[in-house]
Amino acid sequence: MKPSTQAKLWYAQRISAMVLALCVLVHLVTILYAIKSGLSASAILSRTQGNAAFAAFYGLFVVAVAIHAPIGLARVVEEWLGWRGRSLGIVMLALAALLTAMGARAVWGLYGG
Amino acid sequence: MQTLAVRIWRGGADGDFQRYDVPRRDSQTVLDVVTHVQRVIDPTLSYRFSCRVGMCGSCAMTVNGVARWTCRTHVSKVAVNDTLELAPLSNLPIVKDLTTDMTVFFDKWASARGQFKGDKTRADDFANVVPETPARKAADAAIECIGCGVCYASCDTVSWRPDYLGPAALNRAWSLVNDVRDTAQNERLRAIADDAGCHACHTHTSCAERCPKSLSPTAGISGLKKLSARAAIRGELD
Ligand code: HEM
Ligand code: SF4
Ligand code: SF4
Ligand code: FES
Repeated sequence: MKPSTQAKLWYAQRISAMVLALCVLVHLVTILYAIKSGLSASAILSRTQGNAAFAAFYGLFVVAVAIHAPIGLARVVEEWLGWRGRSLGIVMLALAALLTAMGARAVWGLYGG
Repeated sequence: MQTLAVRIWRGGADGDFQRYDVPRRDSQTVLDVVTHVQRVIDPTLSYRFSCRVGMCGSCAMTVNGVARWTCRTHVSKVAVNDTLELAPLSNLPIVKDLTTDMTVFFDKWASARGQFKGDKTRADDFANVVPETPARKAADAAIECIGCGVCYASCDTVSWRPDYLGPAALNRAWSLVNDVRDTAQNERLRAIADDAGCHACHTHTSCAERCPKSLSPTAGISGLKKLSARAAIRGELD
């Protein structure tokens, strides 16, 4: 891989890691709140459906995962399988697309229903 | 007299450990032990040393499983129940006994653009480098490397992917990247920023933990990651 691409990917992973750290924190607080106040599944759904801030937050979470995980996994695959180059890039792009699709589906399930 | 039971690697990659009994002495270093074996017991034992005071970097070996400089490692610090196991450094081909072939190790310094490149001649005045600047402080923190290979032998990433440039070469690159007189900076960043360069490092810090000069290649490598990312975003690495 070109050094400039490699360096940019590292940067993307570093930034997305920061976003993930923040998202995980907010997510945990949200779960704790929901459990502490004994909200039922339907009570949770009634709060999330149509809530743009909620959808935006979890949308960001999904995007960060879709960026972060494939870059890190590519590093592991390069090291352990000796597989690198364009074909690996394509598979990791596919993984990013899959993660985005799965995440988007989950977010839509709570927001749109 | 108290004796040490010393197991020393003999032969090449398919060699084996052989046992020697060495008299225990006060303030004895691991290198003293090896020297006793070679001078008194078996003159065919091969090993490297030169300065004996921690400056040349030639005496590194694996001592009870851990890479160390042997001239400045006291037996009292590392012997377990008066036994020592001495092997050549890991991650390098064995020549014979305790000597390894360091060619790849030093070739990687060259690949990481470990050479200084300036644009001044002897007709020019001295460069003024202010010691308190952040760049010079970073260079100073990395500059005392003696090229012993302890970090390289201790790095799991080198074991897993042998094309990885490794901590010593990258530490060298980091000291030059922070040298304001050097004129080959983007070339150097291009050389170290690919997937076998700084981006292969997982920040295990084994190198920093084992370096006998207490340097931190890990810190330099993370600095290289940041610098090369910045240069890439500015388009300087294309
Ligand atoms: C959940 C929140 C997560 C956080 C806060 C997080 C944080 C980090 C950080 C800080 C790094 C170092 C990046 C750098 O060098 O700047 C990293 C690297 C990495 N992450 Fe994550 N991560 C998270 C989730 C994940 C997930 C879900 C995966 C994969 C399934 C993953 C796989 C990796 C891999 C493989 C690396 C590369 C490690 C290396 O090259 O040494 N991470 N992560
Ligand atoms: S910090 Fe990097 S260079 Fe040092 S031992 Fe770990 S992987 Fe190797
Ligand atoms: S960085 Fe430390 S361990 Fe590595 S070669 Fe230099 S002095 Fe030896
Ligand atoms: S003999 Fe020179 S550093 Fe040990």
